[in-house]
Amino acid sequence: MAERFTKSMARNMYMGGSLFFILIFVGLTMDTVRQMPGRDNRENLTEAVAHGKKLWEDNNCVGCHSLLGEGAYFAPELGNVFQRRGGEAGFKAFFKGWMNAQPLGIPGRRAMPQFNLSDEDLDALADFLEYASGINTNGWPPNIEG
Amino acid sequence: MKYESQAVAKPYFIFALVLFVGQILFGLVLGTQYIIGDFLFPEIPFNVARMVHTNLLIVWLLFGFMGAAYYMIPEEAETELHSPKLAWALFWIFAAAGTLTIVGYLAVPYATLAEITGNDLWPTMGREFLEMPTITKVGIVVVCLGFLYNIGMTVLKGRKTVINLVLITGLLGLALMFLFSFYNPTNLALDKYFWWYVVHLWVEGTWELIMASILAYVLIKVTGVDREVIEKWLYVIIAMALISGILGTGHHFFWIGAPEYWLWLGSIFSAIEPIPFFMMTLFAFNMVNRRRREHPNRAATLWALGCAVMAFLGAGVWGFLHTLAPINYYTHGTQLTAAHAHMAFYGAYVMIVLTIVSYAMPIMRGRPNGNSNKAQVVEMWGFWLMTIAMVFITLFLTGAGVLQIWLQRLPESGEALSFMATQDQIVIFYWLRLIAGLFFMAGLVVYLVSFFVGGDEPQLEKA
Repeated sequence: MAERFTKSMARNMYMGGSLFFILIFVGLTMDTVRQMPGRDNRENLTEAVAHGKKLWEDNNCVGCHSLLGEGAYFAPELGNVFQRRGGEAGFKAFFKGWMNAQPLGIPGRRAMPQFNLSDEDLDALADFLEYASGINTNGWPPNIEG
Repeated sequence: MKYESQAVAKPYFIFALVLFVGQILFGLVLGTQYIIGDFLFPEIPFNVARMVHTNLLIVWLLFGFMGAAYYMIPEEAETELHSPKLAWALFWIFAAAGTLTIVGYLAVPYATLAEITGNDLWPTMGREFLEMPTITKVGIVVVCLGFLYNIGMTVLKGRKTVINLVLITGLLGLALMFLFSFYNPTNLALDKYFWWYVVHLWVEGTWELIMASILAYVLIKVTGVDREVIEKWLYVIIAMALISGILGTGHHFFWIGAPEYWLWLGSIFSAIEPIPFFMMTLFAFNMVNRRRREHPNRAATLWALGCAVMAFLGAGVWGFLHTLAPINYYTHGTQLTAAHAHMAFYGAYVMIVLTIVSYAMPIMRGRPNGNSNKAQVVEMWGFWLMTIAMVFITLFLTGAGVLQIWLQRLPESGEALSFMATQDQIVIFYWLRLIAGLFFMAGLVVYLVSFFVGGDEPQLEKA
């Protein structure tokens, strides 16, 4: 590097640059949190949804599935599974049937464990997935397959 | 070794390498499960193996960073470590907590682990990479506090070099950002938003400071280039890392509920994220070309150069490939993400830890000029086998990802293949990836064997 560019200039660039962008980032985070009520579907955050999210976490669902594209890529995306598997009319019935049928036991096929959830738990988990599908994701995913 | 207390780095490095082996073994299990879906089911379901694979990676890198700090900081500060005893105590606590957590993952169903570790009291589990029980997270914080106190006191009483200050800033930031792992709101969008405070601001923020300072340290040692020059580079690199990386967090906010302006901010700032990595490559090669001596530990120099190049390819190039919002719209959460993650973690963080191990371990084992030429040749075989295998793992996963996007993401609803049908179509790439993974394991074995190769210590030569 050129001699005109001194070490103290480099240090100032580091200190000033990072401080500046940390402040911008904090400001944008505050703005994001302020805008979230219009986007994150919090009006549908019921007790059941909260219970469903806890079940989602306690059973490490994200260890195979993705949710809004984040997680593992071993099993289907579940952010829009509500729409993909029946929506308002049929999702809950499909979901319970599916969960109770696991593991399918097809040789060589990726296998999902049986989590032995109660009917009430399955309702809550379905409610959580329905709530997640209502978050404004800027139009992601591109199609119903997730 | 100039200060005796530096030797406390040794158990950290050794344990890191043991965990590394575990990580790769479980990687091979996962690679097989991608092909034979019910492999080891129900004993080791995919989610369990994946948790072990990713958590072992994180923990062994943390062991590596801590070992690096214990080795570097006393030498840079020109004083003994504040308390080697504390460093040893924390080693055992961290090793025990880490081992217990992994055993917990494997021994009982995850829901049971959550229950017996009190996840109901303060739920933090079940989120990607932060799967460890809340009590383990508390343990990590305690270990980090003790560690930071120990190295902080050492720096305070000694010489304050730029390398030490940057390393400590990075480690402090690492500990600070980890605190966000305790925040887990019911609101999924907010949960995800602040989850990235840990994950992104670790790997694309604070960890880059740690990486750059270790690289700078090793380059000073192996090239003998003037400290002033190296420190100037270091400042510019970390300046660019934070200037691009902090707002670059926005590339994770595209599709999780955050406002639309993140599409622009995330795209623009993450597009410049490759720059600090490119500068690290220029830095490493420049310093080695301007070297004032021929350091007999050529393996360490190779790791330093390789790390800079692979970090640029994996984090920089493969990151840029899918970071722009209009592209990420189709690639988000596909095997392309996995491709990027593998090469980025290997290139940036695995290789930087192996760089400092390669430099420091021989010295701690009483070979100030590095291992024998014979041992170095074996180590370099390990380097090339692992690195080339990782290039192929990345290329095969990229192939899988591109085909997945083509079949599952690009067509309209109704015409697109389902996730599972797509997976069947891309299985050839998973076969190839598994073969490359076996080569990686072979490389790791060769690398480990190099520690047991004897021979005469190389002699110093004048440049």
